[in-house]
Amino acid sequence: MSDTADTQASSDNPLAQVLAEFWFYFSENRGAVIGLCIIVLVVLTAIFANFIAPHSPIEQYRDHLLTPPAWQEGGDWAFPLGTDPVGRDMLSRLIFGARYSLLIGCIVVVLSLSAGIVLGLVAGFSQGIVGTIIMRLMDIILSFPSLLLALVLVAVLGPSLENAMIAVAVVILPHFVRLTRASVLSELNKEYVIASRVAGAKLPRLMFLTVLPNCTAPLIVQATLSFSTAILDAAALGFLGMGAQPPTPEWGTLLADSRDLILRAWWAVTFPGLAILITVLSINLMGDGLRDALDPKLKRS
Amino acid sequence: MLRFLLTRIGLLIPTFLGVTIAAFALIHIIPGDPILMMAGERGVDPARYEELKQQMGLDLPVWQQYLRYLGHLADGDLGQSFYTKKPILDEFMTLFPATLELSLCAIILAVTIGLPMGMLAAVRQGSILDHGVMTLSLTGYSMPIFWWGILLIFLFSGILGWTPVSGRISLLYYFEPVTGFMLIDSWLSGQKGAFSSALSHLILPTIVLGTIPMAVIARQTRSAMLEVLSEDYVRTARAKGLPPQRVIGLHALRNALIPVVTVIGLQVGVLLGGAVLTETIFAWPGIGKWMVESISRRDYPAVQGGLLLIAAIVMIVNLLVDLLYGLINPRIRHTR
Repeated sequence: MSDTADTQASSDNPLAQVLAEFWFYFSENRGAVIGLCIIVLVVLTAIFANFIAPHSPIEQYRDHLLTPPAWQEGGDWAFPLGTDPVGRDMLSRLIFGARYSLLIGCIVVVLSLSAGIVLGLVAGFSQGIVGTIIMRLMDIILSFPSLLLALVLVAVLGPSLENAMIAVAVVILPHFVRLTRASVLSELNKEYVIASRVAGAKLPRLMFLTVLPNCTAPLIVQATLSFSTAILDAAALGFLGMGAQPPTPEWGTLLADSRDLILRAWWAVTFPGLAILITVLSINLMGDGLRDALDPKLKRS
Repeated sequence: MLRFLLTRIGLLIPTFLGVTIAAFALIHIIPGDPILMMAGERGVDPARYEELKQQMGLDLPVWQQYLRYLGHLADGDLGQSFYTKKPILDEFMTLFPATLELSLCAIILAVTIGLPMGMLAAVRQGSILDHGVMTLSLTGYSMPIFWWGILLIFLFSGILGWTPVSGRISLLYYFEPVTGFMLIDSWLSGQKGAFSSALSHLILPTIVLGTIPMAVIARQTRSAMLEVLSEDYVRTARAKGLPPQRVIGLHALRNALIPVVTVIGLQVGVLLGGAVLTETIFAWPGIGKWMVESISRRDYPAVQGGLLLIAAIVMIVNLLVDLLYGLINPRIRHTR
């Protein structure tokens, strides 16, 4: 495959070259680029929620209970997507909800990824009893259906957004541990690792500076895909009343609030779900593109 | 083969013991006194309290309590529900057929649609059909199924009035359960309209529960098929002049199915997890709904027992999938 203009232009800077190559493969996947654009949009919405949202997410307009969306009969352009049973503006609640969902995804993935990397490195480097115990623990977590385990964990810890995030982080942990361990095992006997071991590198240095940087590609892909799982699972917990508690405008909780209204006020149920679907779908599209761009095996095929 | 089986079972035992420890720990981590929780609002007098404590073995050291718990498990005694006072195993067994029926229908739906779609997408790689199938399956994979269920109820029950909103069968019909599967029981009962009522109750939950497995199976079939289609023996078969249907249907599909079978097996956990949401939305009287209700009722023995049984089911199915994988994949069969 021939070099593109931008790879040549930045060939003197190695990092820029890597990024340019990455972008070249990533941008070949149209879906991935669309996904990225939507995610950027959602992130911007979440950051600037204060300025974008037409109303406060908790302000109750008592004379506008269950107003339909603006384009429907009885709608009001002051409330573009309608209002809920206590007169709160749907659009503003959705915009503020984006903050929660993205934050949940970030925190869960960061928690799970960092714990998973450490456990996976330890399990990969110590092939003895410690490694076995870690992997058996992961097997135990994996033998429960993930949503059910998260649900029970929240029940034990007490229903709240923080506990829901911890529960989801625990549930997705085994994927990171297994992935890290597998890549560590495939790297361990390579010459550069042996060389740095012979040169006298200590264990932490070997783990984090020598081996880990060469295991990042699959971890990035898994982190992206787990980000969407985390948002979905946290929303499901919120829907079952075990996640964020009302009046928090988290999308799953919004759905739980208005679930019984479906026959009377379709907009109160449809839009929060649509927001979840669009966000999760975009992240998954992006994850697919990342995998294609970062997986050297697939690159030339 | 026997050695393979024994190794697999050997690996399973420590994991299962770990699961029992996790389930046992659950009751002990929860704040609150189990006896007071069991007694409920009325409370107990101190003498009765001590008696109960001794009876339940709560005065023993934790490790002895655990051994006691294991002993009970070996007898098939999973404890008693705080709420209904019935043995948990009995409750589970009464409700499990409902979940099994729903899950089986969901997986059948997922395979009958997902597999051919994945094959078609692979054979016509790069076509509009391929893009369409892939977009749809990624959407299905990203679907918040609790919302999907509500939307379907809105559309098919609310607006069109085609399907009932909840439950397994109309209240007009009553018969003693024989198999626990509503479709079969309603058929056996011979009551007019019972079968079609059961069927119409089953349609929406099946679609909702089957959506994610369908998407996963379609994606997996496509990528497995693409990999196989680029192999030399497929080219040889084509070069021999075999008709394309024969090359794809016979030579390629057989090998592409190997990873797909694994993925189908792995969906069991997904199904049992999805059953929690699906059953809650459709008021389907299965173990998923029972678990959610037990959690909100703080019926911890039921949660503990249910969790353990579900984990056991997932583990057994995964073992069976591994064995099946060994059977259909000659490379594994010969090396073990």
